[in-house]
This record gives sequence, structure tokens and C-alpha cells, in this order.
Amino acid sequence: MRAKNFKEVALGYTPAMAAEEAGRCIQCPKRPCVAGCPVNIDIPEFIKAVREGKMAEAVTVLKSKNALPGICGRVCPQETQCEEQCTLLKQKAPVAIGRLERYVADWERENKAAMPPGAPLPPPTGKKVAVIGSGPSGLTAAAELAKKGHAVSIFEALHVGGGVLMYGIPEFRLPKEIVQNEINFVKSLGVELVLDAVIGKCDTIDEILGEGYDAVFLGTGAGLPMFLNIPGENANGIYSANEWLTRTNLMKAYLFPNYDTPLKVGKKVAVIGGGNVAMDAARCALRLGAAEVYIVYRRSETELPARREEVENAMEEGIVFKFLTNPTKFMDDGKGWLTGMECIQMELGEPDASGRRRPIAKAGSEFVMNIDTAVVALGTTPNPLIAATTIGLKTTGHGTVVADETTGKTVKDKVWAGGDIVTGAATVISAMGAGKRAAADIDKYLMGKQ
Amino acid sequence: MKKLYKILTAKTLVPNIHLFKFDAPRIAHKAKAGQFVVLTKDEKGERIPLTIADSDAQAGTVTIVFMEVGKTTRELGLLQTGDSIMSLTGPLGLPTHIENYGTVVCVAGGFAVAPVMPIARAMKQAGNKVISILGARNKELIFWEDELRSVSDKLIVTTDDGTYGRKGLVTEPLKEILESGEKIGLVVAIGPSIMMKFCAKTTHPFGVKTIVSLNPVMVDGTGMCGCCRVVVGGQTKFACVDGPDFDAHQVDWDLLAARQRTYLEEEKQAMENWQCQCGKHS
Ligand SMILES: Cc1cc2nc3c(=O)[nH]c(=O)nc-3n(C[C@H](O)[C@H](O)[C@H](O)COP(=O)(O)OP(=O)(O)OC[C@H]3O[C@@H](n4cnc5c(N)ncnc54)[C@H](O)[C@@H]3O)c2cc1C
Ligand SMILES: Cc1cc2nc3c(=O)[nH]c(=O)nc-3n(C[C@H](O)[C@H](O)[C@H](O)COP(=O)(O)OP(=O)(O)OC[C@H]3O[C@@H](n4cnc5c(N)ncnc54)[C@H](O)[C@@H]3O)c2cc1C
Ligand code: SF4
Ligand code: SF4
Ligand code: FES
Repeated sequence: MRAKNFKEVALGYTPAMAAEEAGRCIQCPKRPCVAGCPVNIDIPEFIKAVREGKMAEAVTVLKSKNALPGICGRVCPQETQCEEQCTLLKQKAPVAIGRLERYVADWERENKAAMPPGAPLPPPTGKKVAVIGSGPSGLTAAAELAKKGHAVSIFEALHVGGGVLMYGIPEFRLPKEIVQNEINFVKSLGVELVLDAVIGKCDTIDEILGEGYDAVFLGTGAGLPMFLNIPGENANGIYSANEWLTRTNLMKAYLFPNYDTPLKVGKKVAVIGGGNVAMDAARCALRLGAAEVYIVYRRSETELPARREEVENAMEEGIVFKFLTNPTKFMDDGKGWLTGMECIQMELGEPDASGRRRPIAKAGSEFVMNIDTAVVALGTTPNPLIAATTIGLKTTGHGTVVADETTGKTVKDKVWAGGDIVTGAATVISAMGAGKRAAADIDKYLMGKQ
Repeated sequence: MKKLYKILTAKTLVPNIHLFKFDAPRIAHKAKAGQFVVLTKDEKGERIPLTIADSDAQAGTVTIVFMEVGKTTRELGLLQTGDSIMSLTGPLGLPTHIENYGTVVCVAGGFAVAPVMPIARAMKQAGNKVISILGARNKELIFWEDELRSVSDKLIVTTDDGTYGRKGLVTEPLKEILESGEKIGLVVAIGPSIMMKFCAKTTHPFGVKTIVSLNPVMVDGTGMCGCCRVVVGGQTKFACVDGPDFDAHQVDWDLLAARQRTYLEEEKQAMENWQCQCGKHS
């Protein structure tokens, strides 16, 4: 049933479940889990507070390191981060740190009144910072800077803030109400959110600096979709994952015609790719009414880059995985509509630069999948707009912006960057970590401590 | 919660074609001929692209002209001066390349006199001799004739039914101009895809460079989704960031036409659904 609607799939803990799970934590003195978290949340401390029922304290501990716990608790790849380092991993199962984090954040949302008032904001410093992009990196940087007393404006290209959290990750995995709640929190710190502002097209970075902003943080993400570049790829029925997910999540095509934006969902949908984006696209396809949904991935199950939980959910929901399979061309009906996808079977060779075994095509193994819809989820690179319109910014061959790893400082005066625009498509928590580090460095610079 | 964009002037120019002037300084400040905006009426609305027909940096205003073709444009057609919409983004796309080509022929089909205006004006200001051809189905649908004449050295009007100007299609005077032997540096043709395609066919044998403004379906308008893919010179381009202007002789028109038809069924459904919800507009 659940695979037919957009309601959140993973249910939260009850208080009893949370207390029980928190009770499993043995409060290791060496706190290995903390090192596994990109923003070093004081994990044992917040879990201890949950165990003792001191929920407000748990919130305070969490929020001192992570402004968006309701989001990270849901979407972090915990199995490769905090939970992978948990002492209990080798014994039974690691403490479900992410689940507990989500529980605490949900509690806070429902018990606003029980929370002590936040620390008052310091007096204004008189410094102005422009944050470009309202994804997790931009939101985090903005919140941190506002807490230091700087005047912050976020400029966002779309008509809604939140970046990938709003347009990419679907409702059933991350309810949009939670994202908007977090955005409202950032706004409550005095941050101005300017929507519909495509920087580079309206104002450029250099013009913003000329308008009296003392520093700029670039958090514009990696929003440019990659295609397969194989014959027939422009047929009707072939989407980039970005288009598919934007129509579905941001524009709410699943509520068409009550909402105006349509999406054509065929009967047989193939999603090409193996990351979170591919899982999300496939699970949306199922909920939008497709009869058969395939994930077509050129490596094997062990190499799937998606979060384990998403893969399991996708399998449970009935999505069929075609591993070691690579599309070679698309066919249409002569009128431009997709009718099939020719694929070739792959086998794994020696590990490549990424450490994963390289897929090699098996000659003569071509076969055709009869599909009417394909979603290409191969990954994304940064939109070249900012780099092309900003004087003196340095980019790599992959189009990412060059920035210092610890401070986020770019080679351009007064400009910092972080998140997917620097790393290429990565994770929510790493983007937040980058936003936070850059904010600290920007603050240092603004207050003349450098 | 939403910032609203106020319609300073709403005008019906001719039946089914409307003009909105918005208060939008951020866009007005940068808008150039050939660029467009993406607008969304409200929370449930679709993002639709519309060309900037005029802008005034000093007053901070942006003008668009649109034709009612489906649910969104019909719904917009009901808005009046003083109403607001939820979102307006721009200026998007690359500006039309303006230089002194000598003589430029600007061809406008239907509502496209609006997007052609700023281009004709800029071409004129760049020192070109501008010959404009304005085509419409009938006399009733002609607007901005005087405006276009004011930035043209010569204006030819055609109507399909001969109720005004010359009877016939815009391609006929276009062909005559090319045959007259006058040296034409550039042809700019904007209008329905089929008209642009035939303008391209007309100019091709004469080897005159021809620019068209393509109108595939778009979502974000910033290069993020790839919905607006067109093929030009055998290469896939995103019309919202690589265009919307392209070399007419290189465009894969069949692909554009096919992709524009993607949502025909849904568009019809949206329209029917909307009409029964507000029966008075059927
Ligand atoms: C479908 C999908 C599922 C994912 N699932 C997970 C997951 O489960 N767990 C996880 O950790 N990560 C996941 N990720 C990755 C994660 O969402 C990203 O790494 C993260 O959002 C990057 O944050 P960011 O702030 O760098 O950029 P983004 O979130 O991409 O935000 C960038 C913002 O900048 C705006 N922008 C771009 N250009 C301009 C401009 N010129 N002017 C103004 N604004 C601009 C964009 O509109 C956008 O709002 C997923 C990504 C996708 C696409
Ligand atoms: C760069 C660009 C500039 C444009 N400038 C103008 C203009 O100045 N004046 C004007 O009247 N029209 C313009 N258009 C076309 C305008 O966007 C469509 O007429 C409008 O989106 C139709 O929406 P609808 O809901 O009323 O009609 P629908 O019933 O949804 O669609 C009718 C037809 O419009 C096209 N269309 C539908 N949705 C979109 C979309 N999201 N993006 C693009 N096309 C779509 C399709 O071909 C469709 O078959 C422009 C299009 C583009 C791409
Ligand atoms: S933010 Fe992510 S990595 Fe850090 S503790 Fe929470 S779930 Fe684990
Ligand atoms: S490693 Fe696991 S058991 Fe140890 S403190 Fe962290 S969460 Fe608790
Ligand atoms: S409209 Fe999305 S990339 Fe052009």
C-alpha cells in the first residue's frame, strides 16, 4: 500500500522505543561514533539525555552542532558515518543514532513550548553577508553567520527555498513540512530569504560585492544533470532525474490536475543509475502509478552507492534491479515516443580510480528492454553559471569551484564556497559541515581576526 | 509568506492576447532583448516561460505579452491591474546577439510582435536598416503595429484572410525581399514553431543567416532539468541556457515539434478540469 502514496515511509520511534534504543548505548569513553559524524555531534551526550527523558537537553546538545537534525536523522547515510564507527557494530547492531536524532528533532517540533528560549542574538556587527543558494550548505552558513550578529541575505534561484531537500528528495523520505520548518528557523534568526533570484543572470557576484556586502558564500550545489549521450536520448518519455524529481516534488505533479504541472508516467519505467537519486526516482515512479519499475545499474549490488535503507525499501516495494547492465541506445515509435532501451551486459574488471571494480561490456550480450519511460540518474555537476559570470573564481575540470578544504575560502577575495559546488554531488551533512566551517572563517575575516 | 509580484498594468491587447507590466526591478535592471522570464501564478501553478517584451531599468518594470493557449495562460488572462503573482524569475536565457549586420529582417508571427519589438529596436539602435514583417490570422489580432513601425525602416503587414495588409503568409514578403537582391545580413523570425520552420526554409536557399527563438517546454529555465532539450547542428542543447535563440538552419524541427507534444493529453485534461471548476469561463 505504501508504495502508492507519498506519505513518509520510515515511521518514527515511540517514546518507549526511543528509550530502549538509547539504553543500548554503552557511553564509550572514546566516543568513536562522534568521529564518524562530519559535524561531530556529541552523540553519547544526546543519547544519554534521551535515555534520561531530558528531551529539551537532548535538543540543545544536538542543535549546538547541527542546525538541521530533523533532516540529517532522516537522510544521512549513517551506515557509512556515525553508525559505522559505533562500538556495538561488531557485536550486534550499531545504536540507531540517526533514528534517535530524528526522534529528538520530531519531539522538538511538536513541543516548541517546552524548549527554553534560544540564546539571544548578539548585537548587530554591521557586516553584511550574501549567501547564494538555499540548500543545506547555504542554510547552515546563513544560520551560523546570523548567530554571530551579521546581516545575512540568502539569494535563491527557485521560487522555494531548500535546494535538493525540496526539489530532489521526495516527500515520503523527507516531508517538506520539516524542511520548511527548518527554513523558518533560519529566518527567525533574522536571515532574509530572497527567492526567484538567479545570481549571474540578475545580479552577479561582483555586483553583489559592489552593493555593500562584505562577504559572499557560494552554496549553489551541483544542479546540472548528466545524460548518457547515447542515440535516441531526446525521445519523449526520457527524463533527467532532476526533471523527474522536480516535477514530482517541487511542482507536486503527483497531485495533478489539482496542481498544474504534469508528468507523464508510463507503464514500464527504467531508472538508470544506482545512487540515492536513482532510488528516489524509482520509488516516485512506483507511487505515480507505473506498473513495472527497473533500476538499471552497470555495476553489481555491492557497489550501489545509495543508502542501504533506500535500497532495501526499493526492493521491498517491488522495484526490479538489473545489475551489470548498461544502456546503449533508445528506440522510438517513429513519432518520437520511447518504446525501448537496448542494453549490454557488463562484468566487473579491475578496480578503477574510485576503488570500485570497473564494469566492462560483454561483447554480443545486447538485449532490449521494452519500456516507455526512462529516467537518467547518472549524477550531476555544478551549473556553470556562477563560475562563468564571476571574475577570478577558479574551477576544476569537473566544473567544481576550488576552495580551501578547511575554510571554504576560494581564490577570489571575499568569496567562500561549500557543499556540492565544491565537492560535486555528495551528502546533506557534508554540505552542512562545509557551510559551517566557511561561516566560522567568514566571521573571523569580518571581525578582523585574521 | 510569499513575495508577490504586482501587476502594475494588465491590458487585453486583442482577443486572447494580454499584456502585464510588473514591478520587478531586479529583472528590469538586467533584461536584454531576447531574454525571458519564468513565472508562476500561485502555489499550485506551473512555471511557464514568457519573453520579456519590454523593460525599463529606471522605473524597475518588466512587460510581458502572452496568448491564451491552455489552462495557465487562460487563468492568467483573468488577472487584472493590481493583482499579484507568486513568482517571477529572470532575466533568463542568452540575449539576442546584436550587431550591425547592414539590413536585418524581423519577422513576427501572431503574438510574437511582442518578443520581436525589443530585438527590432536594438537592431535599429545598432545602426541596422530594419525591415519588419508582421503577420496575423486576421485584422482583429494585430497589435503594436505602430510600435513596430516606429523602430523599423519599413513594415509589411500580412493577414491570413486578407482583412488587413497583404493577404497571405509572412514567408511570401520574406521571399520577395530576399529575391529583390537587397543584401540582407540577418533574418530574425519569432512566432509559432511552424512559422519559424517555414521562415528557415525560405531563407535557406539564399544562404542568409536566420535566427529563431525556440519555445520547447521548460520547467526551471536555469539549466537544471534538461526538459528544454533541443537539437541544433546535431548537438543537444538546453534552450533555456544555450538559447533560446538558435541558428534556424541547424534546428531539428521535427524533434522540437514532437517534444512540444509531450503533455498534450494532460494539457487537455487540465483545461477541462479547470473549465468545469469555473463553469462561467467555458
Ligand atoms: C534525489 C536526491 C536524493 C538525495 N538523497 C540524499 C540522501 O539521502 N542523503 C544525503 O546525505 N544526501 C542526499 N542527496 C545529496 C544532497 O541532497 C546534496 O549533497 C546536498 O543537498 C547538497 O547541498 P548544497 O547546499 O551544496 O546544494 P543544493 O541542495 O543543491 O542547493 C543549492 C541551491 O542553490 C540554488 N542555486 C543554484 N544556482 C543558483 C544561482 N545561480 N543563484 C541562486 N541560487 C542558485 C539551487 O536552486 C539550490 O536551491 C540527494 C540528492 C538528490 C538530488
Ligand atoms: C523561451 C520561451 C518564451 C516564450 N515566450 C512567450 C511569449 O512571450 N508569449 C506567449 O504567449 N508565449 C510564450 N511562450 C510559450 C508559453 O510558455 C506557453 O504558451 C505556455 O507555457 C502555455 O501554458 P498553458 O498552461 O497556458 O498551456 P498548456 O495547455 O499547458 O500548453 C499549450 C502548449 O504550450 C506549450 N507549453 C506548455 N507548458 C509549457 C512550459 N512549461 N514551457 C514552455 N512551453 C509550454 C506546449 O507546447 C503546449 O502544447 C514562450 C515559450 C518559451 C519556451
Ligand atoms: S548528523 Fe548524520 S552522521 Fe552525524 S550523527 Fe547525525 S545521522 Fe550521524
Ligand atoms: S560508539 Fe555507539 S555505543 Fe559507543 S557511545 Fe557512540 S553510539 Fe554509544
Ligand atoms: S528548462 Fe530546465 S534545463 Fe532548461
